[in-house]
Amino acid sequence: METLETKLATFEYAVTERNGNTLTVTVPSEHVYDMATWLCNSEGFDFLVDIVGMDYGDMLGVIYYLSQTKQPQYIAVLKTATADRENPELLSLHDLWDAASIYEREVYDFFGIVFINHPDMRRIFLRADWNGFPLRKDYDPNPELNPIPVRNQLLSQMEDVPSVTLSMGQEVESTHKLFEKDEYIVNFGPQHPAMHGVLHLRVSLDGEDIRKIDPNFGYIHRGIEKICESYTYPQILHLSDRLDYLSGTMNRHAVCLCCERALGIEAPPRAQYVRTIFDELTRIASHLLGWGCMCMDMGSITAFVYGMRDREKVLDIFEETAGGRMMVNHNVIGGLASDIHPNFQRRVKEFIPYMRKMLKEHHLLFTGNPIARGRMENIGFLAKDKAISLGVTGPSGRASGWHNDIRKIEPYAAYNKVDFEEVIRTGGETFDRYIIRLDEIEQSLRIIEQLIDNIPEGAFAEKTKAVIRLPEGDYFQCVENARGQFGVHITSRGDKNPYRVKFRSPCLTLVGALKDIASGLKVADLIMIGASLDYVIPCIDR
Amino acid sequence: MEERSIDMEVKNIRIPNMKYEDFNDNEYLEQYVDELQRNGVNVVLGRLSDFINWGRSNSVWPLTFATSCCGIEFMCVAAARTDFARFGWEVTRNSPRQADVIFVCGTIVHKMAPVLTRLYEQMAEPKYVIAVGSCAIGGGPFKSSYHVLKGVNEIIPVDVYVPGCPPRPDAILYGMMQLARKIKVQNFFKLPDQPDITEHPKDDAPHKTK
Repeated sequence: METLETKLATFEYAVTERNGNTLTVTVPSEHVYDMATWLCNSEGFDFLVDIVGMDYGDMLGVIYYLSQTKQPQYIAVLKTATADRENPELLSLHDLWDAASIYEREVYDFFGIVFINHPDMRRIFLRADWNGFPLRKDYDPNPELNPIPVRNQLLSQMEDVPSVTLSMGQEVESTHKLFEKDEYIVNFGPQHPAMHGVLHLRVSLDGEDIRKIDPNFGYIHRGIEKICESYTYPQILHLSDRLDYLSGTMNRHAVCLCCERALGIEAPPRAQYVRTIFDELTRIASHLLGWGCMCMDMGSITAFVYGMRDREKVLDIFEETAGGRMMVNHNVIGGLASDIHPNFQRRVKEFIPYMRKMLKEHHLLFTGNPIARGRMENIGFLAKDKAISLGVTGPSGRASGWHNDIRKIEPYAAYNKVDFEEVIRTGGETFDRYIIRLDEIEQSLRIIEQLIDNIPEGAFAEKTKAVIRLPEGDYFQCVENARGQFGVHITSRGDKNPYRVKFRSPCLTLVGALKDIASGLKVADLIMIGASLDYVIPCIDR
Repeated sequence: MEERSIDMEVKNIRIPNMKYEDFNDNEYLEQYVDELQRNGVNVVLGRLSDFINWGRSNSVWPLTFATSCCGIEFMCVAAARTDFARFGWEVTRNSPRQADVIFVCGTIVHKMAPVLTRLYEQMAEPKYVIAVGSCAIGGGPFKSSYHVLKGVNEIIPVDVYVPGCPPRPDAILYGMMQLARKIKVQNFFKLPDQPDITEHPKDDAPHKTK
């Protein structure tokens, strides 16, 4: 990190600031492409964690969070801003990181910043006929400007792809058609039982072979990030649960950790242990549901019923302590909302051997099935370097051999006190992504087993002020949720409401990877690949 | 004996020895039945509508439709613990044309509104809507958003509201039973008029249900 800091000092235009393992580099907008290229190609920042659009009031800006796969604990934060609010423009970084192409569309949708040389500058969540850019501070929320639409978006609006390119110093605006005139296009979703939510895929087919996939998002875009700006910090926690509702506890944990680090407090050890156990129980519940749904997509309803049966056991444990089944609402800033139930430890200890037994049954029931193996093996290959470039984190990235587990990279809560294995497979196929989830359940059980008897006595929450105000600054916190790295970015200006909140959704990049994995395969394989990536759509749309 | 009527619409039938009004006066039927039962014949007199509704209310096919969190609890209702097969509701249909009821599980946003309207339009009558969770009822925690409908009843009529965020599976079961009750008391031959929704109106006026 020091060497990088000294190297950066040679760049005249860059302003560098270091805080622990995080290095913040602020550059003028005309130099951002050069700086990003240098960081990516020379300094090994090969993983684009997130792009955060910002409205500073007078300026519109972008924050890039970069990470290295070799030393993943180091984060480089590249900041830039442009004063032009009428026609804000930045150079696209999609040729450096594949993940940038989908993130930049999101920034364009919310802030209207056009990325030059980006091949696809359509809106990503909102419809093409939406008026205004909702996350700008001067956005007009008048509902008459954007009434509830009565008809679906026109196909031309979905297929006309505008882009701005820079050639010979001149900006050229152009529009091209996404599909050829005679292409055979099938709509998957938004209401489709195997889409795991309201995702809309437009798939161009050649017979049964997939030529192109165009994902359309936004059918459950609730504008959570904008709502957060008018909510207080404890209120935001409730919205974070409803992003990826299957890993609600982990998402809430991320927001709590982000606020706690900003406030300079730490949850008491008892809370940290219980949070870790809750996280792992949630992970088990999520993987069981993911497994069940994947098997159901292949036609095995029994597996779904088995998965849900075991998931109910986890939910019972949650319910007894926290009162909620799915939305546990147990983490608060500073610790936990309530102490654990007297039965908690006993019930968790009963659950561990039960789950181990059932895990064997699940393997017996489905993993060995020759039809299932035929549909999962040698299909849906994702290479490791592609996974990194696309930002495919979590079990799906680890199935391609990428070590990206935040619990190992930067242990939070009680993860540094336990011994567990980061499950890595190198196949990168649908089957690897399937089996890795079942293996992770076993590792989660191991973590819980080590913690459950050692929950320290003491307070379950640190005292916080009645009105929580975060000190001025930018804060970023990642946790490992059931689908990958879930990140929270909070910009505070010292008020009781945040100035900007951005959630890094692990599922967005998973869907972004779909077109790279599935192109050229059969349309039936697309269902299996989607199920093995296990995305949750409300997490993408926010 | 109080006057009862069979609810079939009978019009302009001419039988020489029977007055037209007698078709709606069933006293003689009751007397017949009494006489038959006295002589040991097993006869039951009931309304055809009740009989059909008994069948309908115990075989309601929901559409597999969910947008967010409530959908997971809906899946729990379908799974082993709560198991809505006990009520005859387990045949979840993937096509709206085969479904009787749509569970609106989750938030409905602007972009989804025309899709949901189309799904509702595609369902065959008689059709029912259950709004599951606070989002479908009134926008829920996202009420202040720029992109969220303040309740699904802005675009389609709702029969049963199930509160909760998300509702427990037991609550969804209770909502289902309420709908079953509603179906049972309906007159199958005089179903209330479904509101007229035009999917592609000429002008771009916002949705209005009549």
